[in-house]
Amino acid sequence: MYERKSFPYYIYVFLAPAVIIYTIFMVYPLLNSLRMSFYTITADNQQVFAGFDNYVNLFTNSNFAPRFFGALKNNFIFFAIHMVVQNSIALMLAALISNERRRGANFYRTVYFMPTVLSVVIIGFIWNLILNPLWGVSKSILEAVNLGSLFQPWLGLPNTALPTVALISVWQFIGIPMILFYAALIAIPEELMEAATVDGATSWGVFWRIKFPLIMPTVGIVSILTFVGNFNAFDLIYTMKGANAGPDFATDIMGTFFYRTFFGQQLQLGDPSMGATVAAMMFLIILTGVLLYTFVWQRRVQNIEM
Amino acid sequence: MKKLFAVLSVLVLASMLLAACGSAATEAPAAATEAPAAATEAPAAATEAPAAEQVTITIESWRNDDLAIWQDQIIPAFEAQNPNIHVVFAPSAPAEYNGVLNTKLEGGTAGDLITCRPFDASLSLYDKGYLASLNDLPGMENFGDVAKSAWITDDGANVFCVPMASVIHGFFYNKDIFDKYGIAEPTTRDEFFAALETLKSNGETALVMGTADQWESATMGFQNIGPVYWKGEEGRKALIDGTGKYTDAAYVQTWTDLKDWAPYLPEGYQAVKYPDAQSLFTLGKGAIYPTGSWEISQFEKDATFNLGIFPPYVENAGDTCYISDHTDIAIGLNANSAHPEEAKTFLSWVASDEFAKLYANALPGFFPLSNAQVTLDDPLANEFLSWRQSCESTIRDSYQILSRGEPNLENELWRVSAAVMNLSLTPEQAAQEIQDGLDKWYKP
Repeated sequence: MYERKSFPYYIYVFLAPAVIIYTIFMVYPLLNSLRMSFYTITADNQQVFAGFDNYVNLFTNSNFAPRFFGALKNNFIFFAIHMVVQNSIALMLAALISNERRRGANFYRTVYFMPTVLSVVIIGFIWNLILNPLWGVSKSILEAVNLGSLFQPWLGLPNTALPTVALISVWQFIGIPMILFYAALIAIPEELMEAATVDGATSWGVFWRIKFPLIMPTVGIVSILTFVGNFNAFDLIYTMKGANAGPDFATDIMGTFFYRTFFGQQLQLGDPSMGATVAAMMFLIILTGVLLYTFVWQRRVQNIEM
Repeated sequence: MKKLFAVLSVLVLASMLLAACGSAATEAPAAATEAPAAATEAPAAATEAPAAEQVTITIESWRNDDLAIWQDQIIPAFEAQNPNIHVVFAPSAPAEYNGVLNTKLEGGTAGDLITCRPFDASLSLYDKGYLASLNDLPGMENFGDVAKSAWITDDGANVFCVPMASVIHGFFYNKDIFDKYGIAEPTTRDEFFAALETLKSNGETALVMGTADQWESATMGFQNIGPVYWKGEEGRKALIDGTGKYTDAAYVQTWTDLKDWAPYLPEGYQAVKYPDAQSLFTLGKGAIYPTGSWEISQFEKDATFNLGIFPPYVENAGDTCYISDHTDIAIGLNANSAHPEEAKTFLSWVASDEFAKLYANALPGFFPLSNAQVTLDDPLANEFLSWRQSCESTIRDSYQILSRGEPNLENELWRVSAAVMNLSLTPEQAAQEIQDGLDKWYKP
């Protein structure tokens, strides 16, 4: 009676173009890069198999280890600033603009999203100029409100350079989590909020007890995207501080450390195999984070059927 | 109404696309001749010279400040004699030049002609096979051994770049500000710091320098006044043969001087970059600018006041003065160039007397290294040159032999000199870090 369904080979045909392109441009370079980290390059440009030597070098050699652990620490600080400042402000903005009766919500939504669209070189250049002690407006603005003594050359001091660049990056990317939170918030049906208000909940209570638990999956996605994005970050720091990531490596993160190792800097020649090792470490760190997220967080977050 | 709007917007988009495609088509050939890619036959250029086959060669350089002069004076002079060769000068930013160049060479996309940094940086490029040997180039006989020393293999067998110029370090100053407070050109350390005090107490920015780009602290600070303390070539050679160390008093004193400069720098100097500092000086808002002769053409163009220069100060009146007369810039042939013959024609022209005269006068402050006798028109350039008679010359000490290992000495000097001026490292700590780094690999 029933025909035995033949295996749907057409699935392979439909998947093939995407799989082929993805393999050529993403999987193959990744695997080749990992392979390169197990070789060293001799003085006459020959590749020689070296096992885990590069990794041992990276963790112990005084030429690499301080820079690696310094970059790693800076990157965690960079990530922490993004999580705390960017995501909480984005959540607050999304909560504000998702309120239907807010006038001009559309306008604010566009305006807050615009920095994300700007080129990173423009952002780096403009902020360098704004914070410039010689001709930047930040000094004049502070002096206009009698706070001129607070002004410091933040980008040039080792203690403040990294938070300053991180805050500029927060300013640039605040639109994306805001839009994601906004989309999640407006998907919550009105009846839930109305029922809560009828039962006597304040708007603060409505937000934290009704809306926030329902957008937990989005909070998780935003967090993991922030993590991956920050550990891959490079362009803003390169634009503002150069590959040397001064002052005295204060703004050095994994991306700039990799760039400097692989391509070389000024009179220091690049070392592709050590560079590949740094890239492999970046990959492992991000992979660990994503796996932790997937198996620890995502399994526990319940999706409420609405 | 909605339908009309939809149709109109589609029409507008379509016309924009067509306009973009049209302009892209005409922009592409123009961009191709300017793009710093490997030499290709540009379609637009091909229509300019119907008779001979037009070839475009590209020059990689870090002298982005000289772009206009190359495009307006130097290249037209060459092209007038060689109409079938079109030359494109494509510089990168100074701090990024080596990294960018090395990447391009490894990827095979570098230009035909490479501007060479002196000594080890270019030697390693030659060893890796990126630069071609220029022993038989017509014109190499115009250069003496000192000129070639920065671009020759250790055994003296192969020269790989045509020397173009050396630069002399010193101090530029704003004559109008000096006259206003009756300050004379300082010759000793005490006079220098007294001048700085006078300027600062009168509310002027005494010393113009920023540490954000890091290299200024090393090149225009450490290598500028350092030779006076380490006695020029004596100290440099002692470092190479191991009898001298960076922890010696001379070097610590140099860094101490840099630390003492810090209070006289502009406010917020830790975030001031090289172009900011140049602008601050040429706008007349700073009095003294430690730098080198390479700034002459730009400062003369931009400054609205009287410019003066004085050589690095000495410790006590009557001491021998020392200047850093650094064989700075040369031009070599990319071993994998697609147009080696045309590139060699250009290199022979660079080695000629005509180029020496043209370059010296178009870019005052870059002193030609060839044996040609060149008279300079620019008074500041002549004044710099006159110091060669009254002072001992030396080159920057981190460039010959000492930059071959890891960590790279020049990069480290940048970092610690900037840190000393930022007051985050003491001079003794800086000296120790540099010597430790050198000891890791250098066995004299």
